[in-house]
Amino acid sequence: MSNITTYDEEKLIEEQGFDDHFHDHHHGDKYQSNFVTTYIFSMDHKMIAKQFLITGIFWAFIGAAMSIIFRLQLGFPEENYAWLKPLLGKWITLNSSGVGSLAPEFYYALVTMHGTILVFFVLTAGLSGTFSNLLIPLQVGARDMASPLLNMLSYWFFFLAGVVMFSSLFVSTGPFSGGWTAYPPLSALPQASSGSGAGMTLWLISLVFFVVSVLLGGINYITTVLNLRTKGMTLWRMPLTIWAFLITAVIGLLSFPVLVSGFLLLIFDRSLGTSFYLSEIFIGGQALDYVGGSPVLYQHLFWFLGHPEVYIIILPAMGIVSEVLSVHARKPIFGYKAMVFSILAIAFLSFIVWAHHMFMSGVNPFISNFFVLFTLIIAVPSAVKVFNWIATLYGGNIRFNSAMLFAIGFVSMFISGGLTGIFLGNSTIDIQMHDTYFVVAHFHIVMGVAAFFGMFAGIYHWYPKMFGRFMNEKIGKLHFWGTLIGSYAVFWPMHYIGIAGVPRRYYQFDTFEAFSHFGAMNAFITIAAIVVFALQILFIVNFFYSIWKGKKMTNKNPYGATTLEWTTPIEATHGNWPGKIPTVHRWAYDYSKNDEGADYVSQIQPLKEGEEEH
Amino acid sequence: MATETNVLNQDVQSTDDWSGGKEPFKASYGKLMMWYFLLSDAFTFAGFLIAYGALRFSMPTWPVPDFVFSTFPGGLHNMPLIFVTVMTFILILSSVTMVRAVQEGHRENKNGVVFWMFLTILGGATFLGCQAWEWNTLIAEEHVSILKNPFGTHIENGVYLAGDGHDIKEGDTFVAGDPYLIHKKDDEWQNLPYRNEAGEIKQQEFGPKAFGALFFFITGFHGFHVFSGVLFLLIIMINAASGLYAKRKNGYEMVEKIGLYWHFVDLVWVFVFLVFYLL
Repeated sequence: MSNITTYDEEKLIEEQGFDDHFHDHHHGDKYQSNFVTTYIFSMDHKMIAKQFLITGIFWAFIGAAMSIIFRLQLGFPEENYAWLKPLLGKWITLNSSGVGSLAPEFYYALVTMHGTILVFFVLTAGLSGTFSNLLIPLQVGARDMASPLLNMLSYWFFFLAGVVMFSSLFVSTGPFSGGWTAYPPLSALPQASSGSGAGMTLWLISLVFFVVSVLLGGINYITTVLNLRTKGMTLWRMPLTIWAFLITAVIGLLSFPVLVSGFLLLIFDRSLGTSFYLSEIFIGGQALDYVGGSPVLYQHLFWFLGHPEVYIIILPAMGIVSEVLSVHARKPIFGYKAMVFSILAIAFLSFIVWAHHMFMSGVNPFISNFFVLFTLIIAVPSAVKVFNWIATLYGGNIRFNSAMLFAIGFVSMFISGGLTGIFLGNSTIDIQMHDTYFVVAHFHIVMGVAAFFGMFAGIYHWYPKMFGRFMNEKIGKLHFWGTLIGSYAVFWPMHYIGIAGVPRRYYQFDTFEAFSHFGAMNAFITIAAIVVFALQILFIVNFFYSIWKGKKMTNKNPYGATTLEWTTPIEATHGNWPGKIPTVHRWAYDYSKNDEGADYVSQIQPLKEGEEEH
Repeated sequence: MATETNVLNQDVQSTDDWSGGKEPFKASYGKLMMWYFLLSDAFTFAGFLIAYGALRFSMPTWPVPDFVFSTFPGGLHNMPLIFVTVMTFILILSSVTMVRAVQEGHRENKNGVVFWMFLTILGGATFLGCQAWEWNTLIAEEHVSILKNPFGTHIENGVYLAGDGHDIKEGDTFVAGDPYLIHKKDDEWQNLPYRNEAGEIKQQEFGPKAFGALFFFITGFHGFHVFSGVLFLLIIMINAASGLYAKRKNGYEMVEKIGLYWHFVDLVWVFVFLVFYLL
C-alpha cells in the first residue's frame, strides 16, 4: 500500500470543518463513564454495532450448527447418532441395539430454527444492525445516531428476542417445527404438532420483540441519514453503503408492521379461539370448531413482509460490496446514479412481488401473471448492479485482500443465485420446482451465501475501524477460498436433485424409490457443509484473536479511502471527531491518480480551482 | 463549474435544504421519528383492514351495520348509527382542541396549552367511555363474542313461525337481505323457526363468526391507541403545566409531537368507522 499519501486531515478539518460546540458540553458522559455504560448499556453507535455483530456471530454459530446436524441426517441417515445424545438429549432416540437416530420432530424443529435464526437474527440484525449502526453516523459525518437512547433500546429488544428464542430450544415439547414461515394451521393450533405449543408461543413473542427492535433501529437510521448529514453531504455525495442502509430501513419500516398484524391475528387464533386463519380442520379424526378463516390470508400478510425481507437482507450487502469494490479496485464506482436508482427500483418492486412465494398456494393463476411480470422486472435493476460491479473491477488496480475477495465472491454468488430466480419467478416452471431442493439452492446462494459474503467483506474491511487492528490476512484468504468453493459444493448439486423433483423438508430419502439414488450426492453435500462450517469456526477464531492480537492499525486511513469514517482517530471516542465535524466537498468515489501522487481524494478535500465535481 | 468564483466553500454555504448540515424538512429528529412511526403504524392498521376485507368478502352475508349499531343509552332502539356518530364527533372534536393546544404552544402560552390539552384528554376519555358502553351492549345484551355472532342476514324470503318477545312476532314476513338478531333466553339461543317460499321449515342461522372477532380486535386495537394517547397526553400536560417545555423554548414541540399521534389515531378511526359502520 505504498501508493497512499495521507493528507493532513486534521488541518483540513480544523480549517474547513464546522464547530457544533459538541465538546463544550459534558453530555458525553452519558455515553461512556463506567464499564456498564461503555460496554453493556452503551449509547455509542460504534459499541452498539459491535454488540449487534457479536450477537449475530453467536446466532450464526447456533444456526449453522443446527444445519450440520440436519445435514448429517440427510447425508447419512443410517448412521449411529448416539454420540449426539449429550447435546440433544431425548431428541436422539436409541433403538434396542443402542443405535441412536435423530427424532423426526426435532429434525423439523432444527430446520425451522435454522431458517428463523439465519433470516432474522443473523442476516437482518447481524448484518443491517451492525453496519447501519457503525457506518451511518461515521459516513454521513454525525456525532451519533439521532436518538442514541432508541438505538440502545433497539439492540436490547433484539437481545430480548434472542433470549426468548434461545429459551424455546429447551422447552420439553421442543422449539417450533412448522417452518420459518409459520404457516397456519401448524402454527395456529397448539395441538397440531409437538413444536406448535409452547415452542410456537415463544417463537411469536420473540419475533414481536424482534420487530420492535427493527422498527426502533430503522426509524433512527432514516432520521439520522436525513437530518444529521454534515455540511456539504448532499444525498448524491453519500456513499452507496448509506443509500443501501437508508432504503433497507425504509423497506423494514413499511413491511415489518404488516408482519405484526399477521402475528397478532395468529396469536388470537392460538389463544382465544378465533378463526382468522382456520377453517374446517380435523385433527386425529376430530372436527374442530373453526369456520370461515383463510390460511392463505396469513400467507399474504406474511409474504408482504417476507419478500421485502430478502431485500432487507441483500441491500446492505450490496451497499457494502459497492464500497469495498471501489476502494480496493482504486476506481470510482461505475454508474453511481444507476446504482442508486437500481436500489430504489428494487425497493419499490420488492413490495409488489410477494405472491410469487404463493404460486402453489391456490392463488388465482391469472393474478399470478402480474406477480410473474414484476418479479422478472427485478432482474433489470439487479443486472444493472452486477454490470456496474464488474465494470468497476475492469481495469482496476485491484488489491486482492480478504475484504475484496469476499466482495468479488458476492458478485459471483449473486449472479449464480440470481439466474435461478428467473426460473422460479415463472409460475409455470414453479409448478415443477416448487418446494424442491432447487428452491433451497436458489435462495441459499442468492440471499444466504451472498449476504454472508457481503457481511464478511464488511467485517474484514471495517474491522480496523471497529477494533483498531487488522484481521489475519492469511487465515482470511483461506477462509474465503474454502468458503467460496465449499458453498458451491454444497448448493450447486442441490439444483440437480431439485430438478429431479426431490422435495425439501423431508426427513430422509432412502425410503423413496425415486430419490434413493441421490444418497451419494446428499452425503457429498453434507461433507462439504461440514468443511464450510469448520472454516467459519476458523473465521470466528480469527475474529476474536485479532481483537487482542491482530496487527495494529498505525495509519488512520489504511486503505486510502475517501469516505469520512477514515478521517476519525484510530481510537475514536464518543462524538467520533475530537474537534470540529468535517465538511464534505465532493462525492465519495474520487479514486484516480492526481498531481500530488495520491490515488484518491478524500471527501473533505475542497474542489481545486477550476476542478469540476465528478 | 469551471468559473472564476471561488468554489471552495460554495457548496458548503448552499441554501439547498438537502445540502447537509441542516434539517431538510425543517423538522427536528423527534418529529421525523414520530412521522415514521405513524407511517409504520398505518401499515399495521392497513394489514388488519385488509384482513377484514379478505374475510368479509369470502362470506356469503355480513351483518347490516344500520341494524347492529342501532342502540342508544337509555334503552333506546332503532337509532341506526346515532351513537357511533356521537362518539366519532367527540373524537374529531378532540382533534380540534388538540390543534388549539399546539397553536398555543407555538405562542409559548403555557396556560393555553394546558387548557386545550385538558379538553383533548376529556374528549379522548369520553370516546373510550362510549366505546366501553358500545362493547358492553354488544357483549352483555346482544351476546356477540369473538366466537359467536347472533347478527344474521336472511338469504331468502319467508314468514316467521314464532316470535322472540322482542321485535319479531309470529307471522311477520321478511325478505332476503333483512337482518335479524338471535336472542338468548335462559342461556339458550332462540333461533326462530320460519317457513320459506318453497314451504320448507328452517331456523335462523348465526351470522359469520369473523364479524365479532374482527370488530372487537380492530376497534380494540384502535381503542388501545386512544388509551395510550390519553396517557401520553396526560403526562405531557403535566409536564407542560410544570413549566418543563417553557424552559426548552422550542414552541412546546412535545405537544406538537403528541398532536401528530392524536390526529393519526383520529384519522385511523375514520377508516375503521368506514369499514364497520358504513360499508
